[in-house]
Amino acid sequence: MAGYTEDELKEELKSQEYEFGFTTDIESEKIPVGLNEDVIRIISAKKEEPEWLLEYRLNAFKVWQEMTEPEWAHVHYDKPKFQEISYFAAPKKQYESWDDVDPEMKATMDKLGISMDEQKKLTGVAVDFVMDSVSVATSFKDKLAELDIIFCSFSEAVKDHPELVKKYLGTVVPSTDNFYAALNSAVFSDGSFCYIPKGVKCPMELSTYFRINESGTGQFERTLLVADAGSYVSYLEGCTAPQRDENQLHAAVVELVALDDAEIKYSTVQNWFPGDKDGVGGIFNFVTKRGICHTNAKISWTQVETGSAVTWKYPSCILKGDNSIGEFYSVAVTNNYQQADTGTKMIHLGKNTKSTVISKGISAGKSQNSYRGLIQIHPKADNSRNFTQCDSLLMTDECGAHTFPYIECQNNSAKLEHEATTSKIGEDQIFYCQQRGLSEEKAISLIVNGYCKEVLNKLPMEFAVEAQKLLAISLENSVG
Amino acid sequence: MLDKEEIRMSRTLLDIKNLHAEIEEEGKAILKGLNLSVKAGEVHAIMGPNGAGKSTLASVVSGKDGYEITEGSIEMDGADILELDPDERAKEGLFLAFQYPVEIPGVSNINFLRTALNEIKEYRQEEQISAKDFMAMVREKSALVDLDPKLASRSVNEGFSGGEKKRNEIFQMAMLEPKVAILDETDSGLDIDALRIVAAGVNKLKNENNAVILITHYQRLLDYIVPDFVHVLADGQIVKTGDKSLALELEEKGYDWLN
Repeated sequence: MAGYTEDELKEELKSQEYEFGFTTDIESEKIPVGLNEDVIRIISAKKEEPEWLLEYRLNAFKVWQEMTEPEWAHVHYDKPKFQEISYFAAPKKQYESWDDVDPEMKATMDKLGISMDEQKKLTGVAVDFVMDSVSVATSFKDKLAELDIIFCSFSEAVKDHPELVKKYLGTVVPSTDNFYAALNSAVFSDGSFCYIPKGVKCPMELSTYFRINESGTGQFERTLLVADAGSYVSYLEGCTAPQRDENQLHAAVVELVALDDAEIKYSTVQNWFPGDKDGVGGIFNFVTKRGICHTNAKISWTQVETGSAVTWKYPSCILKGDNSIGEFYSVAVTNNYQQADTGTKMIHLGKNTKSTVISKGISAGKSQNSYRGLIQIHPKADNSRNFTQCDSLLMTDECGAHTFPYIECQNNSAKLEHEATTSKIGEDQIFYCQQRGLSEEKAISLIVNGYCKEVLNKLPMEFAVEAQKLLAISLENSVG
Repeated sequence: MLDKEEIRMSRTLLDIKNLHAEIEEEGKAILKGLNLSVKAGEVHAIMGPNGAGKSTLASVVSGKDGYEITEGSIEMDGADILELDPDERAKEGLFLAFQYPVEIPGVSNINFLRTALNEIKEYRQEEQISAKDFMAMVREKSALVDLDPKLASRSVNEGFSGGEKKRNEIFQMAMLEPKVAILDETDSGLDIDALRIVAAGVNKLKNENNAVILITHYQRLLDYIVPDFVHVLADGQIVKTGDKSLALELEEKGYDWLN
């Protein structure tokens, strides 16, 4: 990176006057629960969308109605009642004052080392900080504008850059792709849009944290990221702070397009409310994430998943262009009664395509953690290569780790490697650390971080430090 | 240097009285009324046949799970440690060089030791060590056991040879500067050159303020680290105590004559 950090940006801002007004009048209406064509028309009208986008939504809705909810994942839950959800809700409930914020949540954020200002922003409290963050974000935008980088909310993109949205929306994840992708395509609320022009190396990590007017992550979030030929971008999604939401079902779609010679690095830290110790409540996170790589392009997914009651998520790469590269680095932690079914698909279409999959599952409590992966080598994908490493770490006798690796190879010149291990966290390892003066919790944290090192190393520096702390917190009192 | 009178007056660092311990799950008694008193500046060797309870003694003193103390007491530097967790005992100055050092993949030796050292310092309300001082200390102490400094940045014990693991244990001991160090069969699996190096390291580390307990099968180690006392542990008790000559006698006659 070009040595421009968040801190430097803040420093720069100190010397600037605040020059922008408030954004006011937050939409507070709700439309009645239920889903039908009229509801979709209302959503589209409220967002003042062009006709083609309404058509897109309506088509997706038709497709969705014909579909049934998938049941192949290794998770069990009560299916959401889709007619009891309001599909155009106000921004998520925010706290009136700092005193209203759940003390447990505050304690967790303290442990993560999140500053007071940032804590207030994350919980949606305190106007003064919102003001500050708007100014930060605005300056940030100015920097990007100099390079013609577009980074805005999805709704803004529809208004300001309709041609780009129209060109790429649904090209990687078609609305017919799966049940949740179809639902998202019909009712998506908002999300992020990013476009990096030809040959531009984005000089800073793009983070949703900086996006203007963000009213919390939506229930049906839509992200579209296009890296034009020869460009580079590193994108950060989510944050380590615990996120609560009144909506139980979350079905996001993320589409990445890496054109010739472009590179996209997409990092996620997901910490949605996982439910309480007895498995009550918690978010269902059913996400479709996929990227397409054109010639010589590269997409790298890195994810640290610690939250949600049920996770269903497979960030994937379509390696369409020759010599393209797909990578997937994942740490998935489940504790108490959490269930995760996560992994990746690497679809090799072009010649000399390469993919790497490193998955580290950690199961604690009574949780179930599954890796599900597909490596598909198409007939024309000469000399393609895949390396998969899939490790599971068990913290207790009551949790489960499962691996479902699929390989479909239709080209004899391909080289595929698959390594897998399952281990239980060693009492001997913990005792060894304790004998050197580390408390049991410190010992577990150290061992687990060591186990995940290959993945954590792929995260941007500040993110990695927070992710390490998050792992430790997620696994407190988890050894049995 | 201390004269003999002063040594006799010096403080007791480890005091084990009438210790009875059994394996929790099986209820099988291993230690059956063991007494051992170790003063500052002393080196004690504990020898004995297989299954006598030597390694159990090391585990019980360091607080490993899985054993129940049914009777007796363990005091370190005058304070009862039976209720302390293993890490608290370590912070009080107890060190165990493991017979089989454990591998911790992905955690560098340096990170591991720095975390440990700072935890100990925090417990003792001492200032944390700076990165610069720490690295200087690593260089100095790794030289003590002729440990390749490159090993310091590798994952803890991962891919180390048997000899490197044992040297790494003594290196850690050097870094943590314990009051009482128990070396559990540190000599096993070492060739004669490695044994010399390890022994030389231990000799440099022992002083009038700490104590070393060597658990060993072979008197060979005692040629290099000369003990003040040699104890024979058999069937959960110390059955005989002598000076270094006892070790030679055991080497010659075995353990049967003691029964």
